Amino acid sequence: MIHIKTLNKTKLTDNVNVKGCGECQTSCQSACKTSCTVGNQKCENK
Amino acid sequence: MIHSFKMNDMYGVIDTNSGLVHIVDEIIYDLLNEESYKSEKMLKNIYLKYGQDITDEAVSEINYLIENKMLYTEETVVGNKIKPAIKAMCLNMAHDCNLKCEYCFASQGDFKGEKSLMSFEVGKKAFDFLVKSSEKRVNLEVDFFGGEPLMNFDVIKQLVEYGRSLEKPYNKNFRFTITTNGVLLDDEKIDYINENMSNVVLSLDGRKSTNDRMRKTVNDKGSYDVIVKNFQNLIEKRGDKEYHARGTFTAYNLDFSEDIKHMRELGFKNISVEPVVAKPEEKYALLDEHVEQLKQEYEELAKFYVEARKDSNKEFNFFHFNIDLEGGPCVYKRSIGCGAGTEYVAVTPEGDYYPCHQFVGEKEFIIGNVDEGVTEVEVVNKFKDVSVNDKPTCNKCWAKYFCSGGCHANAYNFNKDFKIPYEVGCELQKKRVECSIMIKSKLEN
Repeated sequence: MIHIKTLNKTKLTDNVNVKGCGECQTSCQSACKTSCTVGNQKCENK
Repeated sequence: MIHSFKMNDMYGVIDTNSGLVHIVDEIIYDLLNEESYKSEKMLKNIYLKYGQDITDEAVSEINYLIENKMLYTEETVVGNKIKPAIKAMCLNMAHDCNLKCEYCFASQGDFKGEKSLMSFEVGKKAFDFLVKSSEKRVNLEVDFFGGEPLMNFDVIKQLVEYGRSLEKPYNKNFRFTITTNGVLLDDEKIDYINENMSNVVLSLDGRKSTNDRMRKTVNDKGSYDVIVKNFQNLIEKRGDKEYHARGTFTAYNLDFSEDIKHMRELGFKNISVEPVVAKPEEKYALLDEHVEQLKQEYEELAKFYVEARKDSNKEFNFFHFNIDLEGGPCVYKRSIGCGAGTEYVAVTPEGDYYPCHQFVGEKEFIIGNVDEGVTEVEVVNKFKDVSVNDKPTCNKCWAKYFCSGGCHANAYNFNKDFKIPYEVGCELQKKRVECSIMIKSKLEN
């Protein structure tokens, strides 16, 4: 690719069968308390 | 669905349904604009600007991404795999406060009710409920909140000890956090917090003038001089453990990036500053008319942030510019929203359960109590059907898997409808996502 650089390798839809454990942090329990910022939460299902 | 944007000499393209983020050059940006690459008429203009060979090359790259489901990816409906189970708690240790912050959603600490402190017995019952209701979930989150939780410090210590005693027998891992205004912090409390809390949230709004305008003592004096030195003492002793200096910006400090820079100068390296949640009639509420200025402010902060991250002496971490494109939450988590009422509850000193801390005091939102558990199923159900794809506006939004539908309390405050998000919040969230991607792109280079 000359014109496009993709920042991430993994798609949201990859490996969906092993995802969804529900162990990750509730977004408002971090440092926000209002803005429901989910995109920066960590995945606990490593 | 895609979203393309330009910022700081960078062109970004987000493919919503795959979550892929592409950094592109100007010709790709032009070709994707109104899907010009598909239209012979529009392509002619691109040929004129860039030449036919380069244009054809760029179009073939776009087609490659589409064929490999990396652009204009169709939605994959994944359903609700995560079974609701309450595993996070906000414990309102004190419905009382030693500050009277003007914007406080807790009505200066008492949540529109009597001043009160949570007893150990109420907290203990809440923990027993949490262990049971979390079913197979291992990680449990408890935030000691208020009012000001340090007004009830002895009970916090008892509850931490009790929570730890439950871990082995029930195969649980308690993660304790505390959110404090800092007034009562002394060496004893700091040492205890640093030893026992996995995260600590330190409330500070930034510059002295900003902080003291809203965060006043009961005698109408500013709190800055007292709390800053206490917070600095805490972080100096905290080592590498997680903390956030957390502020709120309002219509009074639309230039909030200056507050963030000031917090950095005070020595805070982990900073979270958020827009106020307020009813529109409040003088300090953020309204539509503020959005463009606030977006510009985020953009300027993002440019400053890129340069700061390159210099170890100036480096800091701004919570809302963090974005994990590889190891972030799965699509299930991104779909279900914040979990208020279904994964998360707030507990009052009297033992009532609310869907989240923002609803405490609005009695029609009580969902149960420590003696009877969750009893108000109809109220809980209101929070079950509000995943990001249940909300018509969100379902069509490119940013939906970054915010997961936004804050229910904001939606309710402004629109009286959980399915209609607070538009100012949406606009700011989208801008933060764009900033985060720009930052990531610049730092990778």
